[in-house]
Amino acid sequence: MGDLSRLVLKRLGFGLLTILVVSVLIFFAVELLPGDIAQAVLGQGATEETVAAMREQLGLDRPAPVRYFEWLFGAIQGDFGVSLVSGERVSAAISGRFVNTLFLASYAAVIAVPISILLGVFTALYRNTIFDRVANVATLSTISSPEFFLGYILILFLAIRAAAFPAISSISGDMSLVDLLYRTFLPMLTLVLVVTAHMMRMTRAAIINLLASPYIEMARLKGTPPWKVIVKHALPNAWAPIINVVALNLAYLVTGVVLVEVVFVYPGIGQLLVDAVAKRDFPVVQACCLIFAATFILLNLSADVGAILTNPRLRHPK
Amino acid sequence: MHDKFKNAEVLLQIKDLKIEGYSDETWVPIIKGVDLTLHRGEVMGLIGESGAGKSTIGAAAMGYARDGTRISDGSIEFDGMELTTASEAERRALRGSRIAYVAQSAAASFNPSHKIIDQHTEAPVHYRIRKRFEAQEDAMQLYEQLRLPNPKEIGFRYPHQVSGGQLQRAMTAMAMSCRPDLIIFDEPTTALDVTTQIEVLAAIRDIVDEFNTAAIYITHDLAVVAQMADTIKVLLRGEEVEQAPTRQMLDNPQEDYTKSLWAVRSFHSEQRHRPTDGTEPLISVQNVDAAYTGGVKVLDDVSFDIYPGMTVAVVGESGSGKSTTARCITGLLPPMSGQILCKGEPLPPRYKDRTRDQLRQAQMIYQMADTALNPKVKISEIIGRPAQFYGGLHGPALKQRVDELLDLIELDPAKFYSRYPPELSGGQKQRIGIARALAAEPEFIICDEVTSALDQLVAEGILKLLDRLQQELGLAYMFITHDLATVRSIADEVVVMQHGKVVEQGPKDEMFTPPHHPYTDLLLSSVPEMDPEWLTTVLEERGVDNIGEAADT
Repeated sequence: MGDLSRLVLKRLGFGLLTILVVSVLIFFAVELLPGDIAQAVLGQGATEETVAAMREQLGLDRPAPVRYFEWLFGAIQGDFGVSLVSGERVSAAISGRFVNTLFLASYAAVIAVPISILLGVFTALYRNTIFDRVANVATLSTISSPEFFLGYILILFLAIRAAAFPAISSISGDMSLVDLLYRTFLPMLTLVLVVTAHMMRMTRAAIINLLASPYIEMARLKGTPPWKVIVKHALPNAWAPIINVVALNLAYLVTGVVLVEVVFVYPGIGQLLVDAVAKRDFPVVQACCLIFAATFILLNLSADVGAILTNPRLRHPK
Repeated sequence: MHDKFKNAEVLLQIKDLKIEGYSDETWVPIIKGVDLTLHRGEVMGLIGESGAGKSTIGAAAMGYARDGTRISDGSIEFDGMELTTASEAERRALRGSRIAYVAQSAAASFNPSHKIIDQHTEAPVHYRIRKRFEAQEDAMQLYEQLRLPNPKEIGFRYPHQVSGGQLQRAMTAMAMSCRPDLIIFDEPTTALDVTTQIEVLAAIRDIVDEFNTAAIYITHDLAVVAQMADTIKVLLRGEEVEQAPTRQMLDNPQEDYTKSLWAVRSFHSEQRHRPTDGTEPLISVQNVDAAYTGGVKVLDDVSFDIYPGMTVAVVGESGSGKSTTARCITGLLPPMSGQILCKGEPLPPRYKDRTRDQLRQAQMIYQMADTALNPKVKISEIIGRPAQFYGGLHGPALKQRVDELLDLIELDPAKFYSRYPPELSGGQKQRIGIARALAAEPEFIICDEVTSALDQLVAEGILKLLDRLQQELGLAYMFITHDLATVRSIADEVVVMQHGKVVEQGPKDEMFTPPHHPYTDLLLSSVPEMDPEWLTTVLEERGVDNIGEAADT
């Protein structure tokens, strides 16, 4: 086990290092703006005095590295500073929104991941049949259309024509879970349609890739039925690439929902980000970026660890 | 037909079997009408070179056509059941239960994700022949019979935790799990070292005898098949050449092709001796220790010399450090201590620090010509690049040099100049590998198992070519091999390695005459001989508990 935990710790270390590098990029990208933040926020019409006042308020007279470390240590403690627009604490503005985004992402993931993997297994089992082709064409066409378009189509058919689900996913904290799930059904469905194809096709490809292995032929020559060959002999060896694609798609569910949230007016972090960018609310933008980056890195990290854990050679050393 | 089986019941009857394979958008015949009759308890050896269709027939005996092949004609009757017309479910029901399969590479044919014993019990549990627990008990008993160490415990390990020879025996045990009537052994010992091969052969023979199982034993190694089979059938390009009881086949082959197979390894180059006039060795390996990053020492105080124009064979089992020594000489793996001299001058340990002229001195030819040649690069470029890099040739001079090299390896430049590696046969690819090494105009070439992936006739051609080039160009070879027959035919000096150490070295004639170092003795006595009684005799001499890994201490 010593080797395994060392390997996992090493990955964790690399993950932390990556976040640090990303934080530097995010912070100094804002520094690269022409002029400085105060000027950018206040725009061209601002008087010298207001700009100077804002500079002082933000502490812009101090050197950038000092401000970076202040920002970083604050961020580690969950303090991302104060919103330039509302004067509210950024952490307070973000936390509720982020929970909403996570809720929607988990909702979509819980549905999409099992469906994709099952579809992948079935398309591998019935490869090159009508079922395989239909599944491939269907998932490919959903991934090929932009998600906002997909969202509007769903609204047209399921909210307007059929009136089965609400077109706008406004939610509040005191709703019951069932009500929440009902109201967020359409954005969830949009996301599911967007991510399924990727995961399904990777599952299918990873399994089919293994079907030429000698141990698969051995299983067949032992009289193992085809479904068991796939599920028991191919799938356990195919997890590593599947886990990686699942992780990438989960990360997308958190960070790529901006458009979907806007279409369904869902109060998630994506909408907040769009508003913040429009209003040049830099502390909020920085915080959102850092959270997105952390999500990406964390999920990829767990994919790496997952791939290590599913490798029997690493799990059971000699 | 073998007298022993005259009155035995016929178990498998194949008549006029034709199998086609799909390639280049058409179906081409692979098996062109083969008949085969196998009785209960009979072991038939199928031999032939690669492409003869041995494995395809083996799979067909299970009613199985590999992906991209189809059984197009003929009949396969197993114990009264016609397999070509049976439904897929009916055929599947035979596999594992009544006909079992033992594959060439046990390491690749065990699923890495499951414990050995779980793979063993899969078929008996699936066919409801035994309950899981009973099947496990039975597995342990079979492991014990096959003389696996710790039979009660070994099954609960994962395949990668068990050595190759042990895995091959575990696979034989797995084939026995449902006590089938017929087992197909598809080159079961080809991937093993000679010292491991002998124990697997002994184990297979005992267990097949004990349960009176019929078997089809597929191999390209005549000496091996002589130990195992009652009857031998020789195949060539999908057709039967001849069939006879083992003894008769060995003593008196009828067909020319069979005779040529029997005569392989007749090639011998005359042994040369070290110059006595004080010439310095071309390559001198001195007290080299080496290890891969973070690993244990794989080379321990290795020293030997290679004189100009001589062939030094480095022999030993896999893992003995033969190829690692080659990596040290070429500078791919810098040694931890010790040094390598070239004509008395120390070579920098890293290839990056070597001059072009020093790099030129150590060229390599690899075992797998398939993977050593880039499939997307033209032959002219494969050979031309080193000629350009080391010789600084361009334009017409370069083309002329490539043509010269192709002539040297006996391939027609006009035909091969602009072809790609996948269009070539295994032997031709290996020749290209040789030409690439020659392009640098070296005085010394490392040949790493260059013939072990080739058929015997093709391998002999390569050995002859290497010998001719040596005489014409005065090359020195370091010849890495585990095949002692090859050593006998071309080596001048022999270095025997075990566990990263040189255990014995000397001129060939001395090395092949007793007294030997005990390990050299073990290696030499483990090489199968054509005499069908060889295995029995060796086992009697050594005692059953003292073979293979048990003896290797």
